[in-house]
Amino acid sequence: MRFRITKRGDIPHKQEMLIRIIAICLSIVFAGVILLAFGLNPVNIFSTIIKGSVGSQIRIQQTAMRCIPLLITSLGIIVAFKMKFWNIGAEGQITMGAFGATWVALNLSESLPMPVMLLLMMIAATVCGGIWAFIPAIFKAKMGTNETIFTLMMNYIAIKFVTYLQYGPWMDPSQGGFPKIAKFPANAVLPSVLGVNIGWIFAIIFVVLVYLFMNHTKKGYEIAVVGESVETARYAGMNISRIIIVSTIISGGLCGIAGMIQASAIEKTLIANIAGGYGFTAIIPAWLSRLNAVTCFFVCVAFAMLIQGGTYLQVSLGISSAVASVVQGLILFFVLGSEFFLQYKVSFSKNVKEVA
Amino acid sequence: MADMVKLAIEMKHISKVFGDVVANDDVNLQVMPGEVHALLGENGAGKTTLMNMLSGIYTPDTGEILINGEPVTFHSPGDSIRLGIGMIHQHFKLVDVMTAKDNIVIGQKTSLFTKGKELSRKVRELSDRYGLDIDPDKKVYEMSVGEKQTLEIIKVLYRGANILILDEPTAVLTPQEIKKLFKVIRNMKEQGCAIVIITHKLNEVMEISDRVTVLRKGKSIDTVVTKDVNIPKLIEMMVGQKVELSIEKKKYDAGEKNAILRVDGLTVKNDEGKNMLSDVTFDLNTHEILGVAGVANSGQKELCESIAGLVKTDKGRIFFEDENIVGKTPRDIIKLGIRMGFIPEDRLGMGLVAGMDIVHNMILKDYQNQPGIILHRGPCTEQAQKIVDSLDIMTPSIYTPVKKLSGGNIQKVLLGREIDSAPKVLITAYAVRGLDIGASYKIYDLLNEQKAKGVGVLFVGEDLDVLMDLCDRIVVLCHGEVIGIVDPDEVTKEDIGLLMTGQRLEGTSDENTEKGGEA
Repeated sequence: MRFRITKRGDIPHKQEMLIRIIAICLSIVFAGVILLAFGLNPVNIFSTIIKGSVGSQIRIQQTAMRCIPLLITSLGIIVAFKMKFWNIGAEGQITMGAFGATWVALNLSESLPMPVMLLLMMIAATVCGGIWAFIPAIFKAKMGTNETIFTLMMNYIAIKFVTYLQYGPWMDPSQGGFPKIAKFPANAVLPSVLGVNIGWIFAIIFVVLVYLFMNHTKKGYEIAVVGESVETARYAGMNISRIIIVSTIISGGLCGIAGMIQASAIEKTLIANIAGGYGFTAIIPAWLSRLNAVTCFFVCVAFAMLIQGGTYLQVSLGISSAVASVVQGLILFFVLGSEFFLQYKVSFSKNVKEVA
Repeated sequence: MADMVKLAIEMKHISKVFGDVVANDDVNLQVMPGEVHALLGENGAGKTTLMNMLSGIYTPDTGEILINGEPVTFHSPGDSIRLGIGMIHQHFKLVDVMTAKDNIVIGQKTSLFTKGKELSRKVRELSDRYGLDIDPDKKVYEMSVGEKQTLEIIKVLYRGANILILDEPTAVLTPQEIKKLFKVIRNMKEQGCAIVIITHKLNEVMEISDRVTVLRKGKSIDTVVTKDVNIPKLIEMMVGQKVELSIEKKKYDAGEKNAILRVDGLTVKNDEGKNMLSDVTFDLNTHEILGVAGVANSGQKELCESIAGLVKTDKGRIFFEDENIVGKTPRDIIKLGIRMGFIPEDRLGMGLVAGMDIVHNMILKDYQNQPGIILHRGPCTEQAQKIVDSLDIMTPSIYTPVKKLSGGNIQKVLLGREIDSAPKVLITAYAVRGLDIGASYKIYDLLNEQKAKGVGVLFVGEDLDVLMDLCDRIVVLCHGEVIGIVDPDEVTKEDIGLLMTGQRLEGTSDENTEKGGEA
């Protein structure tokens, strides 16, 4: 037997869906096998993950809470990726957004009305996150630098900068020597709606806005053209530098807002680890949703369920949440792997007698 | 088989499929030693795929290949080279910074130190035997296209090839260089080599080949002896039906014409400060198709792009009617309301957005004139439908990504958009490259229609026969300079060939006021 790999032409939508569904099923089966090998009952584990993520009102709220930063960051990444600007710097942009919000929260009067305070915080977060994305963008637009490395490195600068603030100028003297930044005043904490911080409403609004922006505005069209071919954009008379800069600022700005939500609603202060890996994780749903904002919503919900379910696994069964990470990794592996089968066909044939 | 002579190449029932595309379907080919065999077919007929299987780049899905009577299976191009098959690709595979000698031995198994003398002797011997003319110590980047091709040929001969495949060898050569090449091919034939020449130029098939195999849509239609057929018959075999192919050239009186685009002393430098265009001056009139001829990279691309506002110019002026457009970006030009269409050489990489559908490609230049921030697709949807209907574009729908269309249809989408904006000047770079015969003539007709409407058309072309038939005047470029502006009715193809290589014609000055004389 020998097999050959050939490129596929167009495949019908139905077959495409089928391949994807098979991939997800296979990943679950495979995860089950691995769990069995560890002496765990896969059915039990899977049901616990589901129970842990949507089994009660509190758990649903927890899942939603995890979904918010993931979704908003993913949306930000979509805007940049559509232009083939590989923004790996969401982690830093979240951190800087949180920094901007914190500066506003700690420096303005506690007597400001809450909506004004929160609005100012959000503006500061957008500006700071946007600037963090603008720096690599301007270098790319003017000097053609590689944005992947640049945005990645910017992450570490942001995180170390906040660490410095935490141990240095912003350390709260009332914490008895602990390197902590002061808690936000009450008017700087996001209120809750239906038991989850109001960020979830923002997130849904952003889904709609990003979808409309990418699909129904001139700027969104320009971003897509630049992503397809810079030469074509030049030919059509587009101002490419401006498009790169505007879209990365939007991208970084959205990530910054995710940072503001984390700082205001979850931590109620600024910590160096405020982004908590969401900046990297969010790349995956952005990519899996094929840069479609609406699809991205559903992918992010599924991801948040896995994350929350994993945590519950640890609490209820005493099994490491790494098990959930394994499942998450396998789903990714199979779904991304299925892309190969969407583009290529593997066929087997009887070996022909070799004549050298 | 009771053949007296062993066949040099025999390919039996070869099939090859790429995705949905059947590149070769049950193709048969037989080539004898000492024969020049032309492989004729339109673009996409499967000629190159077939030859790539012969040179070990692809393996056939089904079928059998016999070389000198022996069945073979190639696992890599190396296997094919060892059997004496040498392929000269359309795009040369040479290392620019190395000398001819180095390029010949590169990739060869040699002893640690290459024996320079031995090598020079062998190269000289090959050159003498086949009448190839080469300086072994010249660097590739200093060579002309013709020299590079000679080097490619010596390279495969040095490796011991006695079966040569030439993929569109004349596409980039001047008429003089083509003559030289054909002489070399005849020499090789006399030495007993089997030569396969891939081409779609019928004149050349008639001139050089002994037999012709015609491919159409991946199938081998027939193999015929060249002297038993004529060009119309070959076209019929290629296209599958009788076709009338002619280019009309309607003359307009001088009174009807006026200069719409004037290029005056245009100089363009590249990034390294080298002159790509030097002091280029010419006028383009209404009711005129002005051809631009020249060997590849003589400044054609820079000329088109500087008129379109895409490259920075160093000196000179470009007047559109009375407006100097030098230094203006494409956006400025659109905003000024200057109606200029541009069909760039790289259609999918520059003229169109490959991954987007026809509607979103129609909108590409117009969207900027829409008010507000919302993208309005309505008018462009109608426009897309209109162009698809009027130009007979074969597409599943107007929502199909343009990269999925065939070359001819892609070009029609681009040309359709540019014409639909009712341009006064239309700049086209290699408008029919890669298109099949029918589509090419459709494009010529469309350009002639534009000319009749009064549009000034700048036609950058590579096929001299077409340039002579279509254009009212031809600007010949050589190393970025205008070396002559000629009237095709008064010069021969050879004259233009000489100009292209930098030799001025007797009695022709820079202006086209005097008649071009004999070379």
